[in-house]
Amino acid sequence: MGASAEDAVAALFGKIKRSRLNAYNVLSEDLALERARDFDRSPWSGLMAGVPIAIKSCISTRGIETNCSSRILSGYTPPYDATVIERLKEEGAIIVGKTNMDEFAMGTSTETSYFGPTRNPWDLDRVPGGSSGGSAAAVAAGEAPAALGSDTGGSIRCPASFCGIVGLKPTYGLVSRYGLVSYANSLEQIGPLALTVEDAALVLDVIAGHDPRDSTSADTPGGYLSALDRGVDGLTLGVPEEYFGEGVNPKVERSVWDAISKLEELGASWKEVSLPHTKYALAAYYIIAMSEASSNLARFDGLRYGLRLGADQDWHTTFSDIRAAGFGPEVKRRVLLGTYALSAGYYGRYYLKALKVRTLIKEDFERALSVGGADLLVTPTMPFPAFKIGERIEDPLSLYMADVFTVPINLAGVPAISVPCGFADGLPIGLQIIGRHFDEVSVLRAAKAYEDATPYHEAVPKEVV
Amino acid sequence: MDHISWLASIKVSEEERAGFVASFNSVLDYFHQLDELDTEDVEPTYRVVDLNNVFREDEATESLSQEEALSNAPRTENGYFKSPRIV
Repeated sequence: MGASAEDAVAALFGKIKRSRLNAYNVLSEDLALERARDFDRSPWSGLMAGVPIAIKSCISTRGIETNCSSRILSGYTPPYDATVIERLKEEGAIIVGKTNMDEFAMGTSTETSYFGPTRNPWDLDRVPGGSSGGSAAAVAAGEAPAALGSDTGGSIRCPASFCGIVGLKPTYGLVSRYGLVSYANSLEQIGPLALTVEDAALVLDVIAGHDPRDSTSADTPGGYLSALDRGVDGLTLGVPEEYFGEGVNPKVERSVWDAISKLEELGASWKEVSLPHTKYALAAYYIIAMSEASSNLARFDGLRYGLRLGADQDWHTTFSDIRAAGFGPEVKRRVLLGTYALSAGYYGRYYLKALKVRTLIKEDFERALSVGGADLLVTPTMPFPAFKIGERIEDPLSLYMADVFTVPINLAGVPAISVPCGFADGLPIGLQIIGRHFDEVSVLRAAKAYEDATPYHEAVPKEVV
Repeated sequence: MDHISWLASIKVSEEERAGFVASFNSVLDYFHQLDELDTEDVEPTYRVVDLNNVFREDEATESLSQEEALSNAPRTENGYFKSPRIV
């Protein structure tokens, strides 16, 4: 102890460079060491003074390459910070680097990255989950004490579950999206990944709040860290029947039921609830996400930033060639399918239909979480533990199916956390706790009470160098 | 496929075509399960959190300099982005 911030940061980079995980695709070593030396010379105060943090590659960082794990943005260095980055810096955090992800956040496994897959620190042959797989693997393996990810359909909670750490998707609108490279803007939120609920709450306190540059961001009181220790006494948990049974690994199911019993022991009560439109959530989610993606990714044309090929031809040919060379197969698939779903004659059948189904799913959650109903819902985060690299990537639909318990939460816009709740054959299992809009406090205090009463968050993966 | 590729401004190669067509068919088949639901009287949800139009004072604030805005542009000319020819 007593080591300088510079020593600590240097040691962290040593660890990252020895790692076989491929958790980062860009390191900001010089900037981080310089900031650590500044801190040692005259320490500043702040909620995260001198604390290193890793940032998902789709969140803009001034002066640090932000490539979204895509060829089309390789080398792109934003001239401005996302609002969440400004806030982290104001509270004294030190940015370590940018974490690997599925290209443009389109995936559940971090295998679609242009920079190669990230590996799961619990088993190098397995995926870390995605799309924030680099952020989750880095935190799980001690290559960063905390990280930011983004969650469009589970992209924070899935890798948190697969890597045995804590990951929170805030209520839509709690955290500013200014500076987040958009994939599906009506669904996504930036949120923290950390080793403990307390660390996740601390990061949330720093990044949450209204931002005039994101008109969908809300004004909220914050104070997540100070509300953590209120326990679960008096809370009613809803257990949705649709999230158990067929397709769910029995060991996952048993761990989640054990967690429910533990929360009951701690003073909560539980009851069965129903979210009857759950089976339609995946289809509605993918239609909406792909449609929004086809529009959001129209900006990548090699004109203002990004890949430009040899000699320009006519406008349309030039852009079509750049996008063919710059996007990977999954991004092309989603943009093409989204374009189809929005094209003349199909809008009503796909996009509008999906938005109507979204209403039904949102109403499911409102009913289950109504006053007199449940305060929180508890479910598995993922139906199974981490799968093998290469196992699902060739069959897009089977990969989409993995998101069955995470996408409904984004459609409804409610907050949800994944916390470690056990192991199946040495691989971590995640418990998902879902709350009402802007009731992160209840989500976090239940997660904290559970974590305090269980040992799973203390387990350390094999692949820690 | 040609029409969608044109609309999306993504050239699809001959090698890619068969794979995309196969995966599109299975994904679209999956999407069609939504047809089971009667949504005649259901309103679409565009935003999950209710928001009214957000107004602010029309005041100029700091923005990117021309140099910063052009810093990532692959081709520039006289302080402008240089695009392919349009006509």
